[in-house]
Amino acid sequence: MAWNSFATPAIGKAVRWASRALHHGGSALPGRVIETIDPRFLARTLGTLPLGVVLVSGTNGKTTTTRMVASMLADLGLKVFTNPTGSNFTRGVASALLEQVSMTGRLDADIAVLELDEAYAVHFVRQVKPRYALLLNVMRDQLDRFGEIDNTARLLGHVAEATTGTVVLNREDPRIAGLAALTPQHTQVRYFGLSDDLKRFFPSDDDMATTVSVESEESGNDGTGAASLPAENPGDGRDPNAIELPADVTLTAVGDHKATFRIDGGDHATDVRLEGVYNLYNAAAALAVVRAVVADAPHDAARDAAATTGGETAVRGQSTSNGKKASDGFRARLERFAQSDTDALVRAASRVTPAFGRGEVIDVLGSPTELLLVKNPMGFRLSLASFPPDDADTMIVINDEYADGRDMSWLWDVDFTSLRAGGVAMVSGVRAWDMALRLNYDQVPVDKTDTDIESALNLFVHTNQGRRKHIYCTYTAMLTVRAALARIADVADAGVGK
Amino acid sequence: MGKTIDVMSLYPKDMNIYGDSGNVLTVTRRLALYGYEPRVTAYNQGDAWPAHVDMILGGGGQDTGQKKIIDDFFRRADLLRTLAADGVPMLMICGMYQLFGEYFETVDGTKLDGIGVIQAHTVGRDVRMIGNLVEHSDEFGDIIGYENHSGQTFLRAGVEPLGHVDQDGRGNNGEDHTEGARMNNVIGTYMHGSLLPKNPAIADYLIRVAAERRYGEFGTADQTADQREELARIDAIADKARAVAAARPR
Repeated sequence: MAWNSFATPAIGKAVRWASRALHHGGSALPGRVIETIDPRFLARTLGTLPLGVVLVSGTNGKTTTTRMVASMLADLGLKVFTNPTGSNFTRGVASALLEQVSMTGRLDADIAVLELDEAYAVHFVRQVKPRYALLLNVMRDQLDRFGEIDNTARLLGHVAEATTGTVVLNREDPRIAGLAALTPQHTQVRYFGLSDDLKRFFPSDDDMATTVSVESEESGNDGTGAASLPAENPGDGRDPNAIELPADVTLTAVGDHKATFRIDGGDHATDVRLEGVYNLYNAAAALAVVRAVVADAPHDAARDAAATTGGETAVRGQSTSNGKKASDGFRARLERFAQSDTDALVRAASRVTPAFGRGEVIDVLGSPTELLLVKNPMGFRLSLASFPPDDADTMIVINDEYADGRDMSWLWDVDFTSLRAGGVAMVSGVRAWDMALRLNYDQVPVDKTDTDIESALNLFVHTNQGRRKHIYCTYTAMLTVRAALARIADVADAGVGK
Repeated sequence: MGKTIDVMSLYPKDMNIYGDSGNVLTVTRRLALYGYEPRVTAYNQGDAWPAHVDMILGGGGQDTGQKKIIDDFFRRADLLRTLAADGVPMLMICGMYQLFGEYFETVDGTKLDGIGVIQAHTVGRDVRMIGNLVEHSDEFGDIIGYENHSGQTFLRAGVEPLGHVDQDGRGNNGEDHTEGARMNNVIGTYMHGSLLPKNPAIADYLIRVAAERRYGEFGTADQTADQREELARIDAIADKARAVAAARPR
């Protein structure tokens, strides 16, 4: 072992402490230092985990789904490491690891659940082969960074190729389902899916042909179908003759904080604490990957028993001095975990709470205020559909910093007509005028436009106090909005997700 | 009832990346505010060609989208060439701009035919030109948008670009400071964002030409005072959005 691998945790912790003390606050800085002085840190540390790594990636829903998987596994008794700050780059993972490892470089966890952005996921799998990969969707998002969405799908293909145990794929996203062909021979593939009658609620990227012509008169030919009501006509992007792949978990019914999942032929209805109908589908994804981990558990337990009784701890890669004792705790947890039945899994899913910016409700001067993170057209559309604007004031804050995406084209792929009746009270952010222009072309009345987020927010929250409010924000706008709200309301110091 | 203008959205199912539908929405809404009756037809591969077309709007696409439309596109090539020669106003963004050229040479040297409406060819490159862009045009003033393409397009001598850019590494090919192309009333460009909402001068050009071709003149006799006011309000917002966009980093 190289000298620097012993020193890594101490150096990293010192860098982390120093960066916090200097108010850099950046979660990636210590990770960057570690990557430079000890590039094997990530692989070595995560390599000690007996159940390996679950990697979650895709365009929409990474943070919430990662939180669900981690929370469910912990609920079912495992010790889970995750990257809760949503710092979904490899350096962010390294930084999060540094907080958790002991000075000898050991991570006290059974399994890691990591959210990684599509580009960084490729970088990550070169260092660490995940045992499980959950690939959610590919949507047009940050195209200025990744090029085109087929490229994004190719990035996730590298993840599928590197996964050693089970790849869990979204059956309803053709670009994701197609990655099954890339998985190695001994890697299993599982799918999560939607019942036919729910598919119209969850359009795929190909269904977003256009937002126009809903109001324009159609000519008589039959070529107009794709342009009208794209969200209601999702069959267009799919091959009607394709044989449907069997899904391990199927979302079959949705309601207000309610969902029904079909698993092994049985329907399991449950309440959920998550907001928004799209998170119910994320829950199906989380259930499918947790089921894969549970399915492997009896084999893992037997392997651990064989290794420890043989006087070795090969499975865990730990020193033998305290390996037996630690392993007993692990094995007990694992054996209990292996017993988890479907009801226990669904119960665990029902207890997951929303992550930052995913339907968080804050009390602001007596107004229940929903903070909604929007970062691509599909997410924006689903949020608009999930939070009806009736009896609520609406504010939209659009920035175009690097983390938001510089290109404003995506606003034209969102249909805002549902806001027409109630109007939008305030539009803000660097690109407030782009947003106002977009709303005007959809004939949505806009009360005020102010590029300064703080002054706009101040006026917005002091108007109609007590009335429900919805604030849609891009990523960096959300940071500013939360910081400003924290001065007048109780805002949880939650990790910053993406 | 105002006079009808038939607008065709070309291959919106597969050539629609980067909010190109915003162009269709802008033309539709502005036509209505000028007192016309816009009628939008989405034309996708295999569809019947409508009886009348006054304007055609096409968007960008990825390789897979281009593959899906290409057979149909070549079946319609003669028709599109005739319409372009007749002076039908068209706006072709990114992928459709390339396909309206003479050919596309991929990174590995394969030559793929275009339909040759615009005398230009495109060469595939590994490096993308991405970012906010302002270009200058005598007719339209500053054109504000966002480019994102890896193909480099070279205009034949004498072909008029849509505009000129100030720096290397942007525009048609990163070298000659041109961006886009014009041929008759066809505009090809890499600019999206979407293009027309923040560049109403181009939208109005397409509308004016379409009306003149169909009715002999672009009249606004059917426009109400409210519509005139609404259009002025939208244009004031567009001016502010343009000013912000022009000042943003690449």
